[in-house]
Amino acid sequence: MNNPLNKKLFYAVLLILALLAPFGLYPVFLMKMLCFALFACAFNLLIGYTGLLSFGHAAFFGGAGYVAGQAIKAWGVPTEIGLILGTLTGALIGLVMGLLAIRRQGIYFTMITLALAQMLFFVALQAPFTGGEDGLQGIPRGKLLGFIDLSSDMTLYYVVLAIAIGGFALIVRTIHSPFGQVLKAIKENEPRAISLGYDVDRYKLLAFVLSAALTGLAGSTKALVLGFETLTDVHWSMSGLVVLMTLVGGLGTIIGPIVGAVIIIMLENKLGDIGNWLASVTHIEWFNTLGDSVTIVTGFIFIVCVLAFRRGIVGEILNLFGKRSASTSH
Amino acid sequence: MELFGIPLQALLSQLLLGLVNGSFYAMLSLGLAVIFGLLNVINFAHGTLYMLGAFAAWIGLTYFNINYWAMLILAPLIVGAFGIVIEKTMLRWLYKLDHLYGLLLTFGITLMVEGVFRSIYGVSGQPYSVPDALQGATNLGFMVLPNYRAWVVLASVVVCFSTWFVIEKTRLGAYLRAGTENPKLVEAFGINVPLMVTLTYGFGVALAAFAGVLAAPVIQVSPLMGSNLIIVVFAVVVIGGMGSILGSIVTGLGLGVIEGLTRVFYPELSATVVFIIMAIVLMIRPAGLFGKEK
Repeated sequence: MNNPLNKKLFYAVLLILALLAPFGLYPVFLMKMLCFALFACAFNLLIGYTGLLSFGHAAFFGGAGYVAGQAIKAWGVPTEIGLILGTLTGALIGLVMGLLAIRRQGIYFTMITLALAQMLFFVALQAPFTGGEDGLQGIPRGKLLGFIDLSSDMTLYYVVLAIAIGGFALIVRTIHSPFGQVLKAIKENEPRAISLGYDVDRYKLLAFVLSAALTGLAGSTKALVLGFETLTDVHWSMSGLVVLMTLVGGLGTIIGPIVGAVIIIMLENKLGDIGNWLASVTHIEWFNTLGDSVTIVTGFIFIVCVLAFRRGIVGEILNLFGKRSASTSH
Repeated sequence: MELFGIPLQALLSQLLLGLVNGSFYAMLSLGLAVIFGLLNVINFAHGTLYMLGAFAAWIGLTYFNINYWAMLILAPLIVGAFGIVIEKTMLRWLYKLDHLYGLLLTFGITLMVEGVFRSIYGVSGQPYSVPDALQGATNLGFMVLPNYRAWVVLASVVVCFSTWFVIEKTRLGAYLRAGTENPKLVEAFGINVPLMVTLTYGFGVALAAFAGVLAAPVIQVSPLMGSNLIIVVFAVVVIGGMGSILGSIVTGLGLGVIEGLTRVFYPELSATVVFIIMAIVLMIRPAGLFGKEK
């Protein structure tokens, strides 16, 4: 895919598929997929291109969702302002978390992001406007820019698609920019980057905030699509889920996270059916309950991916064609 | 009697509860530190293994009528053996890779084990009664001391300091410390390092399971008890740093006490106070209180 013409063709096919998809599939489901795809891409910017494993991305995703939802519902701001506020919330939480977390390296960085996100979880649990265990319900979709009525799923789908593509384009642009090259240098060899005179912490922080902001955009869009926001989105398992999506698709590949997000969301949705099918084939009763045991299956995929499949789907494909993506580390 | 407008009895009993929680933090962060030192793996599954310890105690009593005292020995052995299987079959393949894969693998194990227990036992807790010998409370004059809680603190302090003694003062501990510094050289001296790594992991896991059995009568035995705890323990580890054994113990107990006091004076913050302290420590002393960056 390194051939520029092939690449353009590939993206064009992908775009056409995305434009036609809602005619064949349930639009809300597709929109959810798009939000998670953007979420995973934003996450990948950090792990795949800067080498920072954040286990706190749920804080940006859910935090932004709550603020966007509250702004649109209770303060009555226009939809687009709500989304912008959500994105800014993601960026702001990212700035605070980033400032603290980049003071430590490696595994400590990960533990700090996880702990700070857990703190936000407790805030969301106790704060008056989040609705605690019930969540923030009944977020109206409103009108985009005052004249595009979003109450139709079809209209909203194309808006969400535009948002996702915009976010994706920004990420791709960032990766290929001089800034992205510095991030890659930090990932490959941090002491070297420091010795070359780069202010590594500043680059890391900027990447962190950018990733958090885009995650916030994905989170607020998801809240808008589904019309509610719950504690699930700020829980640590959500941070784990986005790691899994990126890992399944391929760390440090551009479209890997999209593939991973699509697969994991489909799997979550269809697991009950798959279980019933397995039960009918193998006659093992237990498979009928598979739909209630999503965490067992996600845990299993995690283990398999880490042990045997570290490049992820897209990484393996690229490897198969002998064009290893430069940033797949192992 | 009152202190700062809080009845002394309430203050002291929250303080004791804080110490109980602190004991669990101390035992878990100690295990995490020992494992990280030798294996370079952050064991996300540590909380789950603690949960397994508690469940082993509960299952032992409910289905096999094995009492608390026997399970206090058996559960760490069973769960420790499970840990050894994990190390032998999975973790072993990741040592040469980036730290993050060890974390992700143990995260996957956490999800799986927790999912299995949740599908069997649901999310609600199973009660486990305090063993007969430790029921009731002792009146100390200034406070009424629940015997079981006192036992938890005592047992964990003894276990933690024995661990410290073994690691810092014995020949076995010297091998372990040397292995942490330079495994290749230790191997060249004829020490079986892979075996030592396996046993260390097994020991850390057994410690978590021991904490789990101690916890069973204090909190309800539930599949979610581990993952909620492990994140706090991560914060404890960030605050204390993983460089020092005594540091882990002191930080764990200390944070438990602070959490207990917060529950008295400002209950809204009790769930987040450890994280706030972590943020403050990161601002003032990024390497942690007892830390040396690895």
